[in-house]
Amino acid sequence: MDTIFALSSGALPSGVAVVRLSGPHVKKLLTQFVGSIPEPRYMNFCVLRSVKGEMIDQALVVYFPAPKSFTGEDCAEFHLHGSKAVVARFLEELGMFPECRLAEPGEFVRRAFTEGKLDLTAAEGLADLIRAETESQRRLSLMGTSGALATLYRSWRKRLIRARALVEANLDFSDEGDVVVTDKIWEDITLLQKEISQHILAGKRAGIMRDGLKIVIAGAPNSGKSSIVNRLAGRDIAIVTEAAGTTRDALEIRLILGDLPVLVTDTAGLRDTENHIERMGIDIAVRCIQEADLVLVIYDMQNPQIVDLPETSAKIWHIGNKRDLALGDTDTTRWILQISAKTGEGWDNFIEHINTFCQEHITIIGEMIPVRERQVALLKNSLIELNIAFNKKDLELCAEHLRHASDCLGRITGDIDIEDLLDVVFSEFCIGK
Amino acid sequence: MSNAFDVIVIGGGHAGCEAASAAARAGASTALVTYQFSTVGVMSCNPAIGGLGKGHLVREIDALDGLMGRAADQGGIQFRLLNRRKGPAVRGPRTQVDRKLYQQAMQNFITQQHGLYIIEDEVVDLILENGRIAGAVLSKRGDLRAVSVILTTGTFLNGRIHMGNRSWHAGRIGEKNAQQLAKRLTCYGIRLGRLKTGTPPRLDGRTIDWEGLDLQKPDDEFVSFSLLTEKHEQTQIDCAITRTNPETHRIVRENLERSAMYSGAIKGIGPRYCPSLEDKIVKFGDRNGHQIFLEPEGLDNDIIYPNGISTSLPEDIQSVFIRTIEGLHRVKILQPGYAIEYDFVDPRQLERTLELRAIPGLYLAGQINGTTGYEEAGAQGLIAGLNAAHMAGHLCPLILQRTQSYIGVMIDDLVSRGVSEPYRMFTSRAEFRLSLRVDNADQRLTPIGLKLGIISHKRKAVFLQHCKKLEKIRNFVQSVSLTPNEVALHNLKIKISRDGVRRTAYDLLSYSEINVMKLSEIWPELKEYDLRTIELLEIETQYATYVKRQAQDIVVLDRDEQRIIPRNLKFDDIAGLSNELKSKLLQRMPRTIGEARRIDGMTPAALLAIITHMQRLSRAI
Repeated sequence: MDTIFALSSGALPSGVAVVRLSGPHVKKLLTQFVGSIPEPRYMNFCVLRSVKGEMIDQALVVYFPAPKSFTGEDCAEFHLHGSKAVVARFLEELGMFPECRLAEPGEFVRRAFTEGKLDLTAAEGLADLIRAETESQRRLSLMGTSGALATLYRSWRKRLIRARALVEANLDFSDEGDVVVTDKIWEDITLLQKEISQHILAGKRAGIMRDGLKIVIAGAPNSGKSSIVNRLAGRDIAIVTEAAGTTRDALEIRLILGDLPVLVTDTAGLRDTENHIERMGIDIAVRCIQEADLVLVIYDMQNPQIVDLPETSAKIWHIGNKRDLALGDTDTTRWILQISAKTGEGWDNFIEHINTFCQEHITIIGEMIPVRERQVALLKNSLIELNIAFNKKDLELCAEHLRHASDCLGRITGDIDIEDLLDVVFSEFCIGK
Repeated sequence: MSNAFDVIVIGGGHAGCEAASAAARAGASTALVTYQFSTVGVMSCNPAIGGLGKGHLVREIDALDGLMGRAADQGGIQFRLLNRRKGPAVRGPRTQVDRKLYQQAMQNFITQQHGLYIIEDEVVDLILENGRIAGAVLSKRGDLRAVSVILTTGTFLNGRIHMGNRSWHAGRIGEKNAQQLAKRLTCYGIRLGRLKTGTPPRLDGRTIDWEGLDLQKPDDEFVSFSLLTEKHEQTQIDCAITRTNPETHRIVRENLERSAMYSGAIKGIGPRYCPSLEDKIVKFGDRNGHQIFLEPEGLDNDIIYPNGISTSLPEDIQSVFIRTIEGLHRVKILQPGYAIEYDFVDPRQLERTLELRAIPGLYLAGQINGTTGYEEAGAQGLIAGLNAAHMAGHLCPLILQRTQSYIGVMIDDLVSRGVSEPYRMFTSRAEFRLSLRVDNADQRLTPIGLKLGIISHKRKAVFLQHCKKLEKIRNFVQSVSLTPNEVALHNLKIKISRDGVRRTAYDLLSYSEINVMKLSEIWPELKEYDLRTIELLEIETQYATYVKRQAQDIVVLDRDEQRIIPRNLKFDDIAGLSNELKSKLLQRMPRTIGEARRIDGMTPAALLAIITHMQRLSRAI
């Protein structure tokens, strides 16, 4: 097998650049570049020399012998100075060895996975961890990498396998005196159904945490939507003019509010129009509103116009804008907030409200939640199968659905095996006439 | 008789008989070598055929015109359909058989088979030429040459009987084992393992107090194993049921160290689903008793097989503990129970044709492959016999897939996973259980047999006639339909949505409340069909939605089976495979992605690595 290498730290130039190696030739390469094999798992200050003996850099080098390494193979990390020239030269030197090549994307993780160092949920969690932007995303992905999720899914699968074993025993060993079916298995399956569906619900909140809370700004044309977006972003991104119908597309900005990623979408003003291009923009707006978590409907307080909102499960806030231009007393019951995006009047209060909304929608940290779409889809399938199984009178059909349900759970962590089932049967019952 | 054959079958047990018959039916000149013809077809352990999972195997053997089903039908003395009240997919026909009648039937099939010759002799060695099999050396007759050889040694391969602290070499009680052969196999680098099984004492029925014991009766409705059997021939008998009790358990427990099982004398691994009485008491001591079925071994003798108390305790203890059991207080033991250890070949060294990879032309079937049970042995014999004959005739190998048969499930399990205990068939091993049923075994496999030319004219005629009737009724029920309103009008008492969509009679039959009889009130044409055809249709429609879903899964699986791993692929070269997986792959040499997938410890990522490597390889060409 090849030994692979890659620059594992971020874009250059940087203070430090880390080059990682994994594979059977790591020891040979260490000897080649630093003259000896450093003491495992200690950081060693070394002079890095090329094949011809020139000095490349002074580096901190760590050696992780197999199997106690990230990939399970021999690994080494070279902490170089983060210069483009140094890194390029070192990678070039490494590439000169025929058994050595640049890693394909994700290859380190894949090797760790095949060596049994990570299961599927852990590998996915790791990918999320690397991408994490916020503290809560980081904690969420750690749940995957630490294997806590896999443990949870395995424990569910184990319970399900036990239930299945009792059902299967009744099919395969019904002529045995020792085998009796108990209603107790259904009690546990009911409990399992409840746990899984709660878990899926929690996962929905996790989606918000990972992908960001979707806030959509909607309203009649020229109600000042884009000014609000601009104030939120602190820069001019949406073109704000006096003419109605300026924003034709949906504009998105990503913000971090209250430690939560927020996706704010500015949409085209909602009105009936003959203009084909404007119509397309409005269609996009409608779709955004349908998928949103929170819709801020903006009104020009001088001239509030009723807008026709599409159906949505999102929370809707009616907000009065252009407070500074509004004359005298205004109808306070009509809007939950009155602001002026132009002058900043009522702005802090507005941000405070959004913050609170965000906090209510993030998951309590520490709660177990599915991290990935794939996991959620399999969990949902598992739940559907359990529900059908529960309502089947015929034991062999019930068994069929239970098998599908436990296969779904097994697929999340990547283990499916019939022998597990038989082990339970033989340990629970005295089989054999 | 010449000394050259196409196929030599060594051993005349259940695997050997099916193998010899199948090879001969496939047109190969076949020699069956056995110590003694009188032991051909003998049932070494319990006098019964079939059961859950096993019944499926017998029906599949029968669908390929094998012998076991017909012999069981001829010798059956207590036919029962297990799980009768459960779904048709998990029902299993079973019968007690008269040992002598079964054996007679089997011996008749063997002697009447055209192209099959019986040789009473001992095989002392195998002949290998240029690395492939070329025949066998017999102790009296000398060299016997053949293109392929099938080994069915059962418990004889290096067999050793244990009874208390005594142990001796034997293949069965009173019969000598095959030690030479085991040594030869080891010489050729074949990996052997050791397994254990046991049998209970045999009792004199005249010394049993039958009064007061619960009875197990045969079913009123006869369900045959063979398509060709219409009614049973023998008188049907009852079995009696009794139980062990705390006193029995005390005696066994106090003498545990005298049991060969627990004294450390036995190293082989026994089956968990067929534990000895010692095992039951050690592992399930909390139970106050264990059931024993008292099964008559025949109609014209008084030998009773007490199913449930196989033991390796010394003879004197056997006679003491057995007399604590209700009905057996004055029982006489005719032959004590014993445990037997024997060698088996790690089946991961086999192709799915049951050919041993290391010695081309040498096929193995039955207990030598780590299985247990007559039915498992017979099914393997059939496959080995056909493939050995095909090898001799330069024909394509026959491989049954796990998606089409229990036989396929068993062989696939054996060659891809190996065994850790004697392998027995269970319905739960078949993931396509709802599609692979006892009722459709003929429909699944007989067409394959017809293509191979191994089906008798008689079976062919009966099978085709059944098919025609089934097709006719199926076409009919698919052609007539009702609207939801009409369904309500006919008072069919099923809940269907009033969507205006017409339901065919076939669709309606999938409701458990509906059967052909009910529908025949609407469509009197249905009255003309016989019960068998109606039952087949009802079962088919009952599982139709499941079978459809499974068919989709089967397509995916079959695609994997068709992805052939090129022989020049070097697993060593694949980046991203663990050393453990590499060595497993090198050992098993999977032929397809499907086989690779089923290797224990195989991960999706590793499989992906293999597929990627295959693609790279094909691009390189």
